[in-house]
Amino acid sequence: MANVIRRQTPAARLGRGLLYGVLILAALFYILPLVVMLMTSVKPLSEISAGSLLSFPQNPTLAPWTKAWGEACTGMRCEGVGGYFWNSFAIVIPAVLISTTIGALNGYALTKWRFKGSELVFALMLFGCFIPFQVMLLPMAQTLGWLGISSSRAGLILVHVVFGIAFTTLFFRNFYVGIPNELVSAAKLDGAGFFRIFWRIILPISAPIIVVSVIWQFTQIWNDFLFGVAFSAHNTQPVTVALNNLVNTSTGVREYNVDMAAAMIAALPTLVVYVLAGKYFVRGLTAGSVKG
Amino acid sequence: MRDSLPMKNTSATPLGAGAKRSTPSGSLQAWLPRLVLAPSVAISLFFVYGFMLWTFVLSLTSSRMLPSYDFVGFGQYSRLMANERWWVASTNLMIFGVLFVLICLVIGSLLAILLDQKIRQEGALRTIYLYPMALSFIVTGVVWKWLLNPQLGIQAMVQSWGFESFRFDWITDPDMAIYTLVIAAVWQASGFVMALFLAGLRGIDDSIVKAAQLDGASLPRIYWRVVMPCLRPVVFSAVMILAHIAIKSFDLVVALTGGGPGYATDLPATFMYAHAFTRAQIGLGSASAMLMLGGVLAILIPYLYSELRSRKHG
Amino acid sequence: MAALEIHNVRKEFGNERVLKDVSISIDSGEFLILVGPSGCGKSTLMNAIAGLEPVTSGNIYIDGEDVTWRTPADRDIAMVFQSYALYPSMTVRQNISFGLEMRKVPKPEREAAVERVADLLQITHLLERKPAQLSGGQRQRVAMGRALAREPKVYLFDEPLSNLDAKLRVDMRTEIKKLHQRLGTTIVYVTHDQVEAMTLADCIAVMRDGHILQLGTPDEVYNNPVDMFVAGFMGSPSMNFIRATLEDNNGGYQLRIATPGEEELVLPWPEARIAPDMAERLNQPVILGLRPEHFSEEDERLTSQAEGTLLSTNVAVVEPTGADILLRLPLGEQEVTARVGPKCAVAAGERLALRVDMGRAILFDAKTEQRIA
Repeated sequence: MANVIRRQTPAARLGRGLLYGVLILAALFYILPLVVMLMTSVKPLSEISAGSLLSFPQNPTLAPWTKAWGEACTGMRCEGVGGYFWNSFAIVIPAVLISTTIGALNGYALTKWRFKGSELVFALMLFGCFIPFQVMLLPMAQTLGWLGISSSRAGLILVHVVFGIAFTTLFFRNFYVGIPNELVSAAKLDGAGFFRIFWRIILPISAPIIVVSVIWQFTQIWNDFLFGVAFSAHNTQPVTVALNNLVNTSTGVREYNVDMAAAMIAALPTLVVYVLAGKYFVRGLTAGSVKG
Repeated sequence: MRDSLPMKNTSATPLGAGAKRSTPSGSLQAWLPRLVLAPSVAISLFFVYGFMLWTFVLSLTSSRMLPSYDFVGFGQYSRLMANERWWVASTNLMIFGVLFVLICLVIGSLLAILLDQKIRQEGALRTIYLYPMALSFIVTGVVWKWLLNPQLGIQAMVQSWGFESFRFDWITDPDMAIYTLVIAAVWQASGFVMALFLAGLRGIDDSIVKAAQLDGASLPRIYWRVVMPCLRPVVFSAVMILAHIAIKSFDLVVALTGGGPGYATDLPATFMYAHAFTRAQIGLGSASAMLMLGGVLAILIPYLYSELRSRKHG
Repeated sequence: MAALEIHNVRKEFGNERVLKDVSISIDSGEFLILVGPSGCGKSTLMNAIAGLEPVTSGNIYIDGEDVTWRTPADRDIAMVFQSYALYPSMTVRQNISFGLEMRKVPKPEREAAVERVADLLQITHLLERKPAQLSGGQRQRVAMGRALAREPKVYLFDEPLSNLDAKLRVDMRTEIKKLHQRLGTTIVYVTHDQVEAMTLADCIAVMRDGHILQLGTPDEVYNNPVDMFVAGFMGSPSMNFIRATLEDNNGGYQLRIATPGEEELVLPWPEARIAPDMAERLNQPVILGLRPEHFSEEDERLTSQAEGTLLSTNVAVVEPTGADILLRLPLGEQEVTARVGPKCAVAAGERLALRVDMGRAILFDAKTEQRIA
């Protein structure tokens, strides 16, 4: 698409300059909120009310960060978001591992061991990707109660696994569709069975899609707010819920620098993942829209 | 079709009675794929389809604080229709949804086309455009709440540059607050649309463009007449995904405006949550959830239909 | 005892009948080739033999045992796939020994088998590489090695050479033939390439629409095709089909070829090849089948009238291939291809005298396309 030969006329040069100008302006639009967030999070409160958004911190301090981590009030309690940060990890890691494992097995069974109705099973599960979660909230609350895991981390893990496997199955199914069936046929002739073929042949070549699935599930579950706020108690809340509570706790002076530091803390894990594995992140985002 | 049993077999060597299988494989091996999928199917049937039905049943009851099962027919739906706040929420969703989808499409496709002109540092720019998608809507809400704060945010900054009359206090204005949701949501999701379009552009056969060039078409005309029509599936998917994000939008409203001022920025998702969980109106909340589901299905079913059809023919 | 016997096998996908009552039997050490256009059912038949797809009815016997409902692993067969299907995450060595490992063959024996096969196929230096690091031809060898290591009763080859370039394909073809001669293995080989079929097979099964049209040696299939489809499918350039009318010729027969606007063309049918069915088709349209090599340019060395019938025609196109020359010439209402020697100095538009070897000509019914004589 880019093999366009351009004459280097002055007009073309002007156009080129304009092009870069627009692109850089757009970049500023996207990057500035993050810059402001970061700068505000290291400014003392006095500097915030005196200076403007884009003024560089004169006396940078990490105090807002330590306060956000360990002291700031989130609702009734004033223990910062640190504990909730670890809560999120305690929920996200098992949920990601379980949903990715199930998705991989499902995708494998759906593509390499087709049976009558396997397409229907896939359609049935795919539909789950699109249902608004509001429809599930009330029955889920009651079901978690019956299972005796309401307001617990186990309950949240279950919720995330249940609604995550539709996506992970979609990822793995679309990936495995592209792997030649002959590979499985050859292994069958060699005498390997369902799990052996999965373990020895399919899994070793699934690294790219495992990364996509793990990253997608990690960001989805880490960034979840709805389930977190609906199904957690004060000691099992994920960090997004804690952040929202912190920002909306209206006791005393609003400490915008602490708010921003807490927001940075909540955003960091997914940002790090994005910077380290952006390619796979994009692939996960586009997976749903690319026909499998 | 693999399940169909062997035809009535009258040949000299009839199939063994017990070992007769529709698939030439051990009995366990033949059932393993189904066994592996069974838990997921069960989960899907119960937690997705069962819950849909359950919520529908709840929406027909007078449940308030706790689910109860005295049925009132479609009474909750008529209450909903008479509820002004619901209409505000629905209207807001229309405004928010349409603007969000359109602006994301315009910005996303524009950025993708501009980025496709052999740009230096394309990778870095792409990373910058897309990173908001990795953030939680809660974080986005918190940041934009700060930026849009009239006393300390953008308005104050521009005023401090000397433009004393500059006003940008939409977030506190009940008529304009809904547009702040659009701004924040576009900031978060337009980079994603850019990524979709860029992937689509890169997938287009170079020779089509070369042929158009040889035909003497100008670059803008090539994009408009030749390239964009090829990207129709991308536009289609992008609209689907964005509309879906819009209907589910909950966290952004909670974090950015809290539904306020008043309930000026309520969306169906926040309406449902408020009534089901904090205002002890489970029946009404369920009815609103069912209407949300109806909205999603209205978009989804034509999409899935065309998708499945093209897959079958492909 | 037959190494492989296929007995009235049918296969249906829903309402679509892919295999319609197929029966074949081959002896141990035989090289059977299934050939036909795409969609003829040859790959389905192959998969049915392998056990990768269940048959709708019928039975498959390997070495006398009914394996119809056995798993692929329990049939003692090995298969070489068109895409090679090498396990991407394993080295060549692991690829070759995987099947033995699954069959719980002890490690020393596995190692020995790998060495033996690698030596046979000259891939010893590749054993530690991954499939992605191999060329197409090397992958092909590894895929064969994987099959050979197991020493199964029957080998299945599913278009194994179709992903190779032309030169390599010819080399590998020879190599497969050598291997077969040396090891005496029983092979079922699917291809759509009739040259491969002719050069490799002991026995060719020409398939179309789920039927086996003809099962025979390459010579039989080439020289005595049962119908126009088989005749046209085997051989390149393919057989010329010429519309004609069968006429009486003083008790014998002759073929009149309609030539509007030109002098009429009548070819006498050799007496030795008169078939009983011909009588009832007198004065009816028939199709005369002549292979390009059944024509030859008029030459002093071939003067005897018995050698063929002389005809004279204008040359439309001259296509030298190096080894010989292909001529396109109008004959009656159609254009035919003739293969003549490389020394034939004729230019397009010139008139040429050609001999037709009617002793090898074949006659088909114009309606049923079945062979008459």
